[in-house]
Amino acid sequence: MTTLTDPPKESFRLSMLLNDTRYRSLTLQAIAAILLALAIVYLGNNLIQNLRAAGLNFSYGFLGDPSNYDINQTLIEYTSRSSHLRAAIVGILNTLLVAFLACVTATIFGVIAGVLRLSPNWLVRKLMAFYVEIFRNIPVLIWIIIIFTIMTASMPAPSAFRGDDPASTMLLGSFAFTNRGVYIPAPVWGAGSLVVLGVFVLSILGVFAYRRYATKLLYQTGKLLPMLWPSVVILLLPTILVYFLMGSPIGLEYPELKGFNFGGGIKIGAPLIALWFALSIYTGAFIAENVRAGIQAVSKGQTEAAAALGLRPGRIMNLVVLPQALRVIIPPLISQYLNITKNSSLAIAVGYADVTATLGGITLNQTGRAIECVLLLMLFYLTISLVISAFMNVYNNATKLKER
Amino acid sequence: MKKSAIFGALTVAGLAAGAAGAATLDDVKARGKLNCGVTTGLIGFAAPDANGEWKGFDVAVCRAVAAAVLGDATAVEFIPTTGKTRFTALASGEIDMLARNTTWTFSRDVDLKFDFIGVNYYDGQGFMVPKALGVSSAKDLDGATVCIQTGTTTELNLADFFRVNNISYEPVPIETNAEAQQQYLAGACDVYTTDASGLAATRAAFENPGDHVLLPEIVSKEPLGPLVRHGDNEWGDVVRWTLNALISAEELGVSSANVNEMASSTTNPEIARLLGTEGTLGEMLGLDADWAKRAIESQGNYGEIFATNIGEETPIGLARGLNAQWTDGGLLYSPPFR
Repeated sequence: MTTLTDPPKESFRLSMLLNDTRYRSLTLQAIAAILLALAIVYLGNNLIQNLRAAGLNFSYGFLGDPSNYDINQTLIEYTSRSSHLRAAIVGILNTLLVAFLACVTATIFGVIAGVLRLSPNWLVRKLMAFYVEIFRNIPVLIWIIIIFTIMTASMPAPSAFRGDDPASTMLLGSFAFTNRGVYIPAPVWGAGSLVVLGVFVLSILGVFAYRRYATKLLYQTGKLLPMLWPSVVILLLPTILVYFLMGSPIGLEYPELKGFNFGGGIKIGAPLIALWFALSIYTGAFIAENVRAGIQAVSKGQTEAAAALGLRPGRIMNLVVLPQALRVIIPPLISQYLNITKNSSLAIAVGYADVTATLGGITLNQTGRAIECVLLLMLFYLTISLVISAFMNVYNNATKLKER
Repeated sequence: MKKSAIFGALTVAGLAAGAAGAATLDDVKARGKLNCGVTTGLIGFAAPDANGEWKGFDVAVCRAVAAAVLGDATAVEFIPTTGKTRFTALASGEIDMLARNTTWTFSRDVDLKFDFIGVNYYDGQGFMVPKALGVSSAKDLDGATVCIQTGTTTELNLADFFRVNNISYEPVPIETNAEAQQQYLAGACDVYTTDASGLAATRAAFENPGDHVLLPEIVSKEPLGPLVRHGDNEWGDVVRWTLNALISAEELGVSSANVNEMASSTTNPEIARLLGTEGTLGEMLGLDADWAKRAIESQGNYGEIFATNIGEETPIGLARGLNAQWTDGGLLYSPPFR
């Protein structure tokens, strides 16, 4: 006869922390964590003692003081009497601006180059391989400086537009390309322009609604409505009609020579252009490789099956291959967006006033508050990286394979 | 470039205590080399010549200190610093002294915890424009694009000048003088502003210096001088009195040519004390009796240094002006050696 007994209750001995594989890893991690914490405490303590010994204190009071310096590109109102905090915000907005612009264009460059790298056309394929390898293998700082130097050296100075027989003329009388930047016409908002703007926004929504309806109809009935020309009509026609009905309320202010520079219009500074373009083509090369990897990860059978259904190559790419490839493309794409944001701090090389140049550059220098400023900078980049990551992960979850 | 500030900040965090209060004089002697922070290259003040040897007005101060302390004017490691990296380099102990046409200001002296040990050049901020612009006064610069070295006092003076005169400008921040020169010559900025001496030095390096004019306005006081870390007074004294020795030497008529003869034959007690044949001034500083003699012998007195590096005979062509001896109506005035 057998009796069932409870398995012997294991007694816990201290030596098991090291000998028992169930606990060993935890023990080691705990020890590592304690050592790490001690190191941080030691360094922090060291810092505080050193600061005290040097007679310095740790304070963010300087953020409220007037900054006393000017910034060449400000998206919000700013003068040299504004506070250091406001200068930091100006820098943050400039960082976000160039990061956003570069993310958009890098994605466009990357997707085009990535798709074309797989083109059956030998020349196109090799050209794209050339682009990717050239740009991926040279540091982005060098690209920024190259582009900026080419701009300043090859484009005319504003003075070249002066005189009766100027050396340079404006493109179409409204665009001026100078070594200080590109001047473009600026919109002037008259009375009633809000209505026109409102109609335009509604038109955009209308386009989305139409495309949604067309897709639904396609899935339900198999009937394919034309997409391109109705979209264009919906987008433009109502806005144009309302624009003339309201009596052309939105005008254009053209840049023209005033004193030393062009006045009026919008100036897109050379540093912004150099930084934006360099970040875009550099990161675009990486994104191209992600896109290529994503497309190659989609089984060839998918393409063949789609071709067997009679779809044309463009449609195969848009409807069959790219949607599946997105699952492979998006996770590394997040890293590329983070890289763009962080690399934008190289702005200092061309004098673009990003947050590293204002808070981490001039403010740090003029106040001597190195530790405070660098901590703030770290906090900003950390926050912005986590936010981008979070948003992109939401999108990733939306596109990833849904298993039921 | 952009990493330097951050890196410097971390170094400050790590090294500030090690540096503060430490005996720099002993460190320099033990090392056998003086670490001297200079500009990244400003002809006349500090720049390597064709043989890669550092030459210039600020460089001479470094060499004089090395000659006084180590007995060898070539025992200097020159560390190029930008406007932004110079203070962290000094605070962190990377350099023993900074001789980099740095303006003596209240906040740098008091808040940043440095000691300015004197003034080796009395300067003021000026403006340079191409002659073709036809500008004759800085007040006509409304709307101009101005190249400016970032992280300097000139950046703040510039903002003040334009605000006070109620005119506008667009700053183009630049890291080094060489970049500024390139941008200015390419016409990416209408105006280059920095200390008037720096403008003269920069213009001298141009292909056609005559095509550029310095505007008459001097918009600030810029007393430029070497500095050391606050708190190491012995080291501060060594650097301060080496500079004073160069200035006194000119006043007393001691030059690199006659210093040896003077040392043996002078009857002037102040010269005797300066050159170590009377009294124990060198010993008080923690050096030997010949410290000032070596400094003067290797670099010449202040007037010689001025004349060979930036004076009117050089391409830079600066007049002595405010930098003449007090006996000639200038501001140079060394406290007595006694």
